[in-house]
Amino acid sequence: MGSTNSTLSKIPNVEELMRETGFSPAHIVRLYDRFESLDKEKTGHLRPEDFGAINRQDTVDFHSFVRILAHFRPAENNRPRDPSLPEPVNSRISKLKFAFQLYDLDKDGKISRAELLQVLRSMMEMQVTEEQLESIADRTIQEADLDRDDAISFEEFRKSLEKVNIDHKMSIRFLR
Amino acid sequence: MSGLWHGKILMLMVVLTVSRHSLAFQARNANPSNQPGTNASTGNGTENTITTLPIVTWKWHHTEGPYLVALWVLVSWICKLVFQLNPALTNVFPESGLLICIGWVLGGIIYGADKVQTFRLQPFTFFYYLLPPIVLDAGYSMPNKQFMGNLGAILVHAVIGTVWNAASLGLGLWGCWLGGAMGHLNTGLLQLLLFGSLIAAVDPVAVIAVFEEVHVNEVLYIIVFGESLLNDGVTVVLFNVFDAFVSLGGPAINAVEIIKGIISFFVVAFGGSLVGIAFGILISLLTRLTKKTPTIEPGFIFVFGYLSYLTAEFLSLSAILSCTFCGVFCQKYVNTNMSEKSVNTVRTTMKVFANGSETVIFVFLGISAIDPSIWVWNTGFILLTLLFIFVFRFMGVFVLTWILNQYRLVPLGLIEQLVMGYGGLRGAVAYGLVFLLDENKYKEKNLMISTTLLVVYFTVMLQGITMKPLVNWLKVKRATTDEAMLAEKIMNRTFDHMLVAIEDISGQIGHNYLWDKWHNFEEKWLFRILMNPTARKSRDYIFNIFHQLNLKDAMSYVQEGERRGSLAFVRNDSKADVDFNKQFDTDFTDMPDIMGPDHIPVPFVRDSVPSVSLNMHEQDQKMRESEDFNAHHLLQQHLYKGRKQRHTYSRKQPVVNRDEDEVQEIFQRTMRSRLESFKSAKMGVAQPKKITKHSKKDQTEKMSNGKPADDSKIHSYGDEDSAGDAAGAGIVNPAYMAEMDSNEPMPPMPQIPPWLAEAGEDSSNVAPSQRAQLRLPWTPTNLRRLAPLRLSTHSNDSFLLADSPATQEESKKHTILEQTYVDAQILW
Repeated sequence: MGSTNSTLSKIPNVEELMRETGFSPAHIVRLYDRFESLDKEKTGHLRPEDFGAINRQDTVDFHSFVRILAHFRPAENNRPRDPSLPEPVNSRISKLKFAFQLYDLDKDGKISRAELLQVLRSMMEMQVTEEQLESIADRTIQEADLDRDDAISFEEFRKSLEKVNIDHKMSIRFLR
Repeated sequence: MSGLWHGKILMLMVVLTVSRHSLAFQARNANPSNQPGTNASTGNGTENTITTLPIVTWKWHHTEGPYLVALWVLVSWICKLVFQLNPALTNVFPESGLLICIGWVLGGIIYGADKVQTFRLQPFTFFYYLLPPIVLDAGYSMPNKQFMGNLGAILVHAVIGTVWNAASLGLGLWGCWLGGAMGHLNTGLLQLLLFGSLIAAVDPVAVIAVFEEVHVNEVLYIIVFGESLLNDGVTVVLFNVFDAFVSLGGPAINAVEIIKGIISFFVVAFGGSLVGIAFGILISLLTRLTKKTPTIEPGFIFVFGYLSYLTAEFLSLSAILSCTFCGVFCQKYVNTNMSEKSVNTVRTTMKVFANGSETVIFVFLGISAIDPSIWVWNTGFILLTLLFIFVFRFMGVFVLTWILNQYRLVPLGLIEQLVMGYGGLRGAVAYGLVFLLDENKYKEKNLMISTTLLVVYFTVMLQGITMKPLVNWLKVKRATTDEAMLAEKIMNRTFDHMLVAIEDISGQIGHNYLWDKWHNFEEKWLFRILMNPTARKSRDYIFNIFHQLNLKDAMSYVQEGERRGSLAFVRNDSKADVDFNKQFDTDFTDMPDIMGPDHIPVPFVRDSVPSVSLNMHEQDQKMRESEDFNAHHLLQQHLYKGRKQRHTYSRKQPVVNRDEDEVQEIFQRTMRSRLESFKSAKMGVAQPKKITKHSKKDQTEKMSNGKPADDSKIHSYGDEDSAGDAAGAGIVNPAYMAEMDSNEPMPPMPQIPPWLAEAGEDSSNVAPSQRAQLRLPWTPTNLRRLAPLRLSTHSNDSFLLADSPATQEESKKHTILEQTYVDAQILW
């Protein structure tokens, strides 16, 4: 696999990346190829135009690219967890945190009603009126909000999703 | 209980005498017929020899067919009823097993009476009348998302697994036969292969019957169940192919025939599915047009479903596949197109038919056994069959799952594989198929029948009984009986979107990508063609869930209210705090159907404890007292209307005083609702739709009243005393009371026009969040009933003006309010 090695050597800090995210070299190479194909201007960064989608940050470099994708690796349950190591990126908690960040736009640690509304608005079809959206948002918050502060904190978020199998919902097989 | 047994014995005697009667007739006419439905037009000749007008005649031979059918159905269902009365029994034995036992008993009685088994499960009846409802129900209530998600696993097991089972069983038996383990049998390789193919198939009826009581997790269930449905494609093909081969004879089989056999598999399987999908499309298209015929609307589903079954059968394709895919395809579109009532009707009726059919099948499976003419015992054959079925099933499952796990995101664990292997139940389909065999070609038909029956009994009863303990012992993950909360569903949907995006970014065509593509295709084409335009608008997934949840809450709310004696409690809507942390009463034994999490069971037929806990705050006891008050006030409300004449003479205080109670009451109600609308305005829920010139003034009043009212509301209901002073009104907001007290004892407070008071309830069924405001569907209507038709600001009654109290602001308010009230009275 000569090409693998040569590609790997092009990427700076690749060992650290692999250790942090848990991807294998083959994976990293694959992701790098994909990154390059997305990065049409060869700037080494991905801009929102490259994705054709709205992105929070302005650019994404390869490391961030890999890190974000690492959240979607299927979690492995069988390893004995070494408590001294930092939480692996693809564990359940990390995935949940990632999802939480998607909602929590202002990063205050809580999903407020407005933020939830915004997510809902983008997800739901056109025919739903604003009032209905707000009712849905209200109800969602009421269901999940245990300390009645009218916002969903990470703990409440996690609790409301404890029945959902996050590992399955947030994993892509090929990234194994 | 004993009474019931008495009744049953009586019923049996009736059945027996009736059947013996019929037999007597039949025997006399040399018309041996076991099948209900033969029309005894070969009546006896007594009609021609009457000598006088008979007042009543014994028309048995006319009604025999339908009568017996109805009677047998009734008997089967009564058996089921009897079992359900005894929950201890049903916890241990699977219902299907018990039904088979009852079948034995009944068969024994009939046999004992007639010395010949007159009733048995005819293949024709089974395949054309009893099986279609079950399959249709299976398809229609299939949790689509999981079905499609696990389709790969299902197909692998259904096709490859069944072929492996059939081949291994046939070859194994053949080997043992050659080795002499079975003694002397007049059979051959092909016949044994045929036997293997018909007994290898996992049976949907048995799987439903056993698994419905065990409640394993959805993935496991859907794989086994899906396999049992889809393997019909293979079974039909194998059966027909080997049957044809047996007819052709051994030497005539060459490569061409074998290749034709393989081709026929594809034709049968895909053809059957296509027929099903075609019918599904037809149903969806048709339901677009049935808005005007809501009564017949549900019927179309049944007719079309049945037609899909028959059409496939007619074309010698796989009927079960056709029926299944018809149901799977059409459920989404049809459910959106039809009115909610029709949807419920369809669902319920299908369950009735399916369950009823299943019951009858099992009872007759029992009865058919009590027939010595079919029993041939060959120890080797029977035991070997049982053994091979078991062993080869497990082998197949393990190997196939190992292969599948390489490609699955969620690998199937060993425990799940064990349950899958153990859940390979054989049932009535095998029995029906074996009966179809031609005796002349298959000399050992009776042996095969006996073996099939024994296998069926073994799997259904033994495996059925031990399934539950096994599942418990292995600690299999059980089905989540709880529905997801709205939050969960939203998150799930978000995750789906997220995964699509990630797959897209990473350039992989994955599962979610396909799902997204299908979704887009659906939106672009299918929805437009197959769904009503109006229905399409309400298609949104999350909105639908929200709607369903609201409906459910409304139902529970009403149930709770009725439970507490009267819906009057509901009037204290500001006190009732609906708590959405559901406390589920896990009393789901009356829900035999398959419910995946995607499939929201609407509990309209559930009569168990409501699932929403209503935390009533301090006023629980007070509420009960005030219920009487409320009833009283309710009456008073209605009495308000007819009070025109009072106004004409009474400009004086006393008469006005008499009105005050009611006025007070009305005022308080409307003020409260105004408050709520104000609160809802605060919370951003819909504004009142019709706002007139009153609005500004009233808004300011609301503003000023709002704040103190809000705070004091929490404490307010403790002071029943202060409320009690004022006007004897039970439910009262002392905040207002305080105000009024400060001015004069009983100022006339007229009605606030309710179109100010309401927060405009938009026409959708959406109930706003309970926290934001507590609004109940009928409240606005009630208020509207009180509403005067027209109100004006202008005060044209000088007398009242003169009478108005001192303070400026109050006077202004009172004047206006008074005026409006007065005008209202005029109008009435």
